[in-house]
Amino acid sequence: MNLKSPHLLQLEGVPAEDINLILDTAVTLKEILDRPIKKVPTLRHITVLNLFFEPSTRTKISFELAEKRLSADSVSFAKATSAVVKGETLLDTIWNIEAMKIDMIVIRHSVSGTPHFVARNCDSNVINAGDGTHEHPSQGLLDMFTMREKYGKIKDLRVVIVGDVKHSRVARSNIWGLKTLGTSVAVCGPSTLLPFEVEQMGIDVYTKIEEALEGADVVNVLRLQKERQSAGLLPSLREYSNNFCITKERLKYLNKNYTVMHPGPMNRGTEISSEVADGPDSVILPQVTNGVAVRMAVLYLLSGGVGKIE
Amino acid sequence: MGFCMADTKIMDAKGISRSLERMAHEILETNQGAADLAIIGVRTRGAYLAERLVKMIKRIEKIAPPVGAVDITMYRDDVQIRLEQPIIQNTDIEFSIDDKNVILVDDVLYTGRTVRAALNEIADYGRPRCIQLAVLIDRGHRELPIRADYVGIQLQTFHGENVIVKLKEKDGEDSVILQQMNGGKKK
Repeated sequence: MNLKSPHLLQLEGVPAEDINLILDTAVTLKEILDRPIKKVPTLRHITVLNLFFEPSTRTKISFELAEKRLSADSVSFAKATSAVVKGETLLDTIWNIEAMKIDMIVIRHSVSGTPHFVARNCDSNVINAGDGTHEHPSQGLLDMFTMREKYGKIKDLRVVIVGDVKHSRVARSNIWGLKTLGTSVAVCGPSTLLPFEVEQMGIDVYTKIEEALEGADVVNVLRLQKERQSAGLLPSLREYSNNFCITKERLKYLNKNYTVMHPGPMNRGTEISSEVADGPDSVILPQVTNGVAVRMAVLYLLSGGVGKIE
Repeated sequence: MGFCMADTKIMDAKGISRSLERMAHEILETNQGAADLAIIGVRTRGAYLAERLVKMIKRIEKIAPPVGAVDITMYRDDVQIRLEQPIIQNTDIEFSIDDKNVILVDDVLYTGRTVRAALNEIADYGRPRCIQLAVLIDRGHRELPIRADYVGIQLQTFHGENVIVKLKEKDGEDSVILQQMNGGKKK
C-alpha cells in the first residue's frame, strides 16, 4: 500500500485510510526499537536531508534516529553553520544539496508553507517537520498514535487542546488529524491566543479551563511560545498560568481514565505543573518514543513508488 | 495461443500432517531431542507450520520448544524495484536465540530469497548455535546457495507455475495445489 501523496506536508486533507496506514505501520515498526540490534536494512538505498532552519531537539533527533533505524543515509543541516548566513537562498541551498543525490527532505522552517514551496520546486519527497504556525504533521500523527496505543481506538475520545493555539502548528495538525478520524476535539485558551479559524474548523472552543476539561479523556497541553508573545497578547505569564496551567487540582474535571500529553519542550510551572508532567497519567515520554516509530512509518511509506498504482 | 492452467492437488490434510510428523521426528533425531531447539516460522504460513511442529514435538518429547515468527518485509532485496510498499506484519521472537538450534520453517522453498532475508533478520536477534531450514514444499529453481535440511516433498515445477499452500488456520482447509501451465522450462 502507498500513501496518496509523495509528500507529508500537512494533515489537513489527508484521508483517514492514509492516517490509519501510517499508524498501523508504526505499530509494527515500534517493535524494532526493542530489538538487540535496533536496525533493519530497508532504506539502504535512500538518502535523507534534514533541513532545520529553526531550533529543534526532539523532532530533529527523532527523524535522524528513524532514518538510522531504517538504514537510510542522512545528512543534517543547521542554518547557523551553513552558507545561508552568506545569503544563499532557500531554493539554491536545496538545489545544491539535491545535486549531491538525495531522495528525501525533512524540513522545518519559521515561514508557514515553506515545505509546500520546496515540494513544488524539487524532485525529492518532502516531509514537513514544522512550518511556522501552520502544521507539524508528524507530531500530530505521533499524538494520535499515543492515544490509540492507550485507548485502542480514538474515534470515541474527547480530546481538549489547551494553550497557545494561535501559534501552534501542533494544535492544527492534531485538530485536522483527529477530526478526520472522527474524534471529538475542543480547544481552550485565552481568547487572544485562539485564532479566528478555530470556529470554522468545526470544533468546540472554550476560554474557561474547567469547562473545557469537563468530560474530556485526553488533555494535550501546548507550549506557551514565549518567543512569540511580544505582541502583548498576554498581560503576564503569571496570569496565564493562574488561568490555564494544568495542575493536579484541575485534572479532577477529566474523565476517569484520562491522559496528559505535551509535545515538548515544556515550560514547567507555566502551562503544566511538574506534578502533572511527571505524574502517572502523563504520556509525555512515551510520546517521544512513539515519535521515532511514527517517523519510521512515514519514511518507509513515502519511500515506496511515488504516485498512484491502480 | 493461450496458457491453459490446470490444478493438481499435491497434498491433502492427511498428507501435510504425515510430512510434518516425519519432519518433527527428523528434527529431533538430528538435534538429539528438543532441549536446545527454537522454532521460528516465516510469516504468514510458515508461522502456522512452526506452531504445528512445536505441538508435534511436544507430544513426542514432552518439551515444547519456544516458537516465534519473522516477517521478512523489512529485509527484502526488491525494495528498490517495487512500486508499492507491502504491509508490514509483526516479527515476534520473545526469547533469546543465543546458542539455540534454530529451526526456520516456511511453506514453500523457491528462489531462496525469502530464506536469505529471514536469516539476516534472525542474525539481528542474536547468535544461534546453528540455523536449520524446514520446508513443506521444495519446488526448485534456487537463485541463491540455500538448501533445506528437512523437506516435506520435493516438487518438480516450471517457472511461472504456482504452488498454493492452504492451511486451516488461515485458509480454512489443508491442501497443496500445483497450478500447472503449458510452456516454460522444466528444471
